[in-house]
Amino acid sequence: MVGVQSIPSPAITADERSHEVDHPSSQVAQFGAEQPLRLDCGVDLSPFQIAYQTYGELNADRSNAILICHALTGDQHVANVHPVTGKPGWWETLVGPGRPLDPQHYFIICSNVIGGCMGSTGPASINPATGKVWGLEFPVITIPDMVRAQAMLIDRLGIDTLFAVVGGSMGGMQVLQWTAAYPSRVFSVLAIACSTRHSAQNIAFHELGRQAVMADPDWHGGGYADHGLHPHRGLAVARMAAHITYLSDAALHRKFGRRMQDRELPTFSFDADFQVESYLRYQGSSFVERFDANSYLYLTRAMDYFDIAGDHGGVLAKAFAGIQTRFCVVSFTSDWLFPTSESRALVHALNASSARVSFAEIETDRGHDAFLLDVPEFFDISRAFLESAGKARGLTAKNA
Amino acid sequence: MSVQEALPLGGLATGQSGQFRADHVLVAEMVKPGSKVLDVGCGEGDLLQLLETRGIDGRGIELSREGVNRCVAKGLAVVQGDADTDLVNYPDDAFDYVILSQTLQATRQPKVVLENLLRIGRRAIVSFPNFGFWKMRLQLLIGGHMPRTENLPASWYDTANIHFCTIKDFVELCDAIDVKMERAEALDLYGRPLRLRMPWWVWNLFGEQGVFLLTRGGGK
Repeated sequence: MVGVQSIPSPAITADERSHEVDHPSSQVAQFGAEQPLRLDCGVDLSPFQIAYQTYGELNADRSNAILICHALTGDQHVANVHPVTGKPGWWETLVGPGRPLDPQHYFIICSNVIGGCMGSTGPASINPATGKVWGLEFPVITIPDMVRAQAMLIDRLGIDTLFAVVGGSMGGMQVLQWTAAYPSRVFSVLAIACSTRHSAQNIAFHELGRQAVMADPDWHGGGYADHGLHPHRGLAVARMAAHITYLSDAALHRKFGRRMQDRELPTFSFDADFQVESYLRYQGSSFVERFDANSYLYLTRAMDYFDIAGDHGGVLAKAFAGIQTRFCVVSFTSDWLFPTSESRALVHALNASSARVSFAEIETDRGHDAFLLDVPEFFDISRAFLESAGKARGLTAKNA
Repeated sequence: MSVQEALPLGGLATGQSGQFRADHVLVAEMVKPGSKVLDVGCGEGDLLQLLETRGIDGRGIELSREGVNRCVAKGLAVVQGDADTDLVNYPDDAFDYVILSQTLQATRQPKVVLENLLRIGRRAIVSFPNFGFWKMRLQLLIGGHMPRTENLPASWYDTANIHFCTIKDFVELCDAIDVKMERAEALDLYGRPLRLRMPWWVWNLFGEQGVFLLTRGGGK
């Protein structure tokens, strides 16, 4: 028989992962029956909770708050050691002392999205009505729902206007939704590697990922928690497919080429002969240690439904009519998931609304993931944009 | 009105120390403080920075990615775009002034671009190198080759400038598309305005570049 090496089982147990779902290692805002979250699907979600982290201090006139919106598989742990993986925060390249988003100057907030699995209410949380894990009983959520929940958190924190909302990819979608839904509450936005609508190709990739999860027998129609299981094989395949879309042909070739993994010759099997295979398997198996499979279904669905123009009679510019918010839009040349053409369409709509917008396309071969990596030109632009907006907002250099 | 009278920046046009280019100072002087301005082909944002010091809300479009990114890194509201293809995305009357500084000759359709400038902006300020300048004429007449100057050093085969014109040509274009000239200046090689009021043909001969403040004509 030809040798097969399947994806290894996760080192972290389902119990360890699910502990963060209900008891996150971060601050939590609880919203009771009197404050339901109105969802686009027509359901009032109540009670619910939002897990969030903050860095720095809110200044006296509450004008230095920055909200960071995380991407599909991110969470609130932007700039601290991750409680499950033990790895550094996912955006420590951008956020931290001396970085463009410096907690010495700004009060930085990042919350886990609704539907997530790191402490905000989602399909992995306990449904108080049944005492069991929500699973597929959880209502389908949208990007506007996530932003509505964030606005409730910002209210809770006593902040009227955010100095900036910052995010990439799905985080960028939330950023744009903030400007469409609450233009007067957002002074400036940094929207990175994102789009005002999810493209057909991106929906197609998400469907592939969801089908991989659902094809895993351990998924049990979404009820795996009741069986003490987690469809880690399906979720790992979904992650592997998605991860390819976050990179680029050039980056993969530079990093791995056709090089072999710990061997000189092919084994004539389906073992991971190539480094790129080994890398993808690692990406898949490490992802399932920290992420819930149903949560992955819900969040990819939320991205698929996102279409700001569709919510405004098909005319994107209408979503931004008369907006005073300062925009900085950034794209990367090798990003084929959210290509520059998507950012350019946004910029054209913003121009048509006479919005104040900066738009930079950064040359890199690192694909969509570039926004999470060390790209100095991106940092320079982010820093200068925020400094310039800070000047207009009346924030001084040491406004903490 | 001279440049020095109008600006508190001090002696820029006379070659004393200063961080801004003389032709930029002249353009900035044509813009009323507090206005909203679009600079098409804003390069590295020098003119926008000058306008900012005068309390003007400036935006920019620039073709080159490097130029755009330098502008954005200076905190300027600049987007990557092309004067020939992207001006159509701006609504009518979006700006008080639209500036096209040393860029007209690099566009594919200067007439369409000019019409767009005055659709988007209530006024337009256009500057361009004058191919009627005596040094240009001399190079073609005596040297027998396409003119090159300090400000336009590229050879014919690698220049981005594809639609050169003279001041006289530009005045005729403005007449043809019913554009009114509110103010016109010819600048010498160092970007200083020619002081004397002289007939067009003199400017066309001695002006190294022309700067025009334009509004829509009443004929349409």
